[in-house]
Amino acid sequence: MLEKRIIVCLDVREGKTTKGIKFRGNVDIGDPVEMARSYYHGGVDELVFYDITASSEQRSVMLDVVAEVARQIFVPFSVGGGIATVDQMRRVLLAGAEKVSVNSQAVKDPLIIDQGAAAFGNQCVVLGMDVQADHEMPSGYRVVINGGRTPTDRDALQWALEAVDRGAGEIVLNSIDADGTTSGYDCRVTRLISEAVSVPVVASGGAGTPQHVAEVLRDGAADAALVASMVHYGSYSIADIKRYLAAEGIAVRLDGLV
Amino acid sequence: MSVGIVDYEAGNLKSVETALLALGARIVVADRPEVLLKADRLIFPGVGDAAAAMRVLKARGLDQAIVQFVNSGRPVLGICLGSQVVLDASEENGAVCLGLVAGIARRFAPDSGLKIPHMGWNQVEPTADHYLFSAIPPGASFYFVHSYYPQPQDSAAVIGCTDYGVRFTAALSQGNLAAVQFHPEKSGRYGLQMLQNFLQCRA
Repeated sequence: MLEKRIIVCLDVREGKTTKGIKFRGNVDIGDPVEMARSYYHGGVDELVFYDITASSEQRSVMLDVVAEVARQIFVPFSVGGGIATVDQMRRVLLAGAEKVSVNSQAVKDPLIIDQGAAAFGNQCVVLGMDVQADHEMPSGYRVVINGGRTPTDRDALQWALEAVDRGAGEIVLNSIDADGTTSGYDCRVTRLISEAVSVPVVASGGAGTPQHVAEVLRDGAADAALVASMVHYGSYSIADIKRYLAAEGIAVRLDGLV
Repeated sequence: MSVGIVDYEAGNLKSVETALLALGARIVVADRPEVLLKADRLIFPGVGDAAAAMRVLKARGLDQAIVQFVNSGRPVLGICLGSQVVLDASEENGAVCLGLVAGIARRFAPDSGLKIPHMGWNQVEPTADHYLFSAIPPGASFYFVHSYYPQPQDSAAVIGCTDYGVRFTAALSQGNLAAVQFHPEKSGRYGLQMLQNFLQCRA
């Protein structure tokens, strides 16, 4: 049976992770490669790196991070943040990532999805989307871009369906309302999108406890759950989350837990 | 001992390369028949479209070289698309494949209600005693990303199965040729163990 994935998200700025302040264990604080190694050995199923670097010359630092991660961890990982061209996608994939994720740029120029899927296959192209509850939209949710600061006129459900039609192989769905609250994922929008599209949906935003993760995998019909603060700040380990899920009857990979 | 990795522009070879380097293997990128045929063992990876893969293999003469390599008795491991292209044919765009193992690659039924591609970790049950599964517990999970799966004609070629709506062949073997539908290079320590088993198998 296909197992639900637990994915750790690392925000990287100028080669350092930005949420690594109280990271547990004997690792270099804020070093994304060390953090990735630690999560890999702790049983994580997948990793996501978001490059929140502003300038283009610092993007090569991110490619170095990607290449080093690829040398040291042997689970899939994706890279996103500011990717706007097929050439940028190629560089990230050649550095060793399995997938690239596009978000605001895809809203501005949806053809990047078609071009990426044609060049590398649908399985390599992830659509990241930030959504906000808005009763004026047909599905009740609006797509927002630029890290949630800029509303668009796109409906969340329509955009998800269009992106999959264009070739997105997976969707990472982030609720701006829930993000940073640690009071739980938005299960409603997750279920809405996950049941409507043919590709896997990764829930993001709001995780604070293993119970929240269980809720979004079950009630939100998510295929995978993204976690960040709850593991970065040492409140829970990957093993804590997975053992809780297994006890709740949710199929997860228990190999390699420490 | 050198391990050739078949390079035919079907997806990213990087992760297979890095995993083998981490295991201390000496690798050779086999993008031409004469390079491929000099290797001691061969890994045949790939993601993407079976028909497109066959076109590139033929254009470079690699299709005949792979068949010749398999017939020479040296160990060969197919990965992902590599486990489908060794069959007679694929349902994907009607591709005619290498015909090394009798069978075809089938598409997961789109009306099954399951998401396609089958993406993520799933358990593999060994159905035969095969060196690939040495030191790996039965039912260990491996990472999959695919929409088609291999279906060998002869059940004796099946060495491991996985459930995703249907019970499908996740690992197959015939003589010196073995192939897996999942990605051992991205399947954590048991995936690395499987690659190690391939590197250490008796030629």
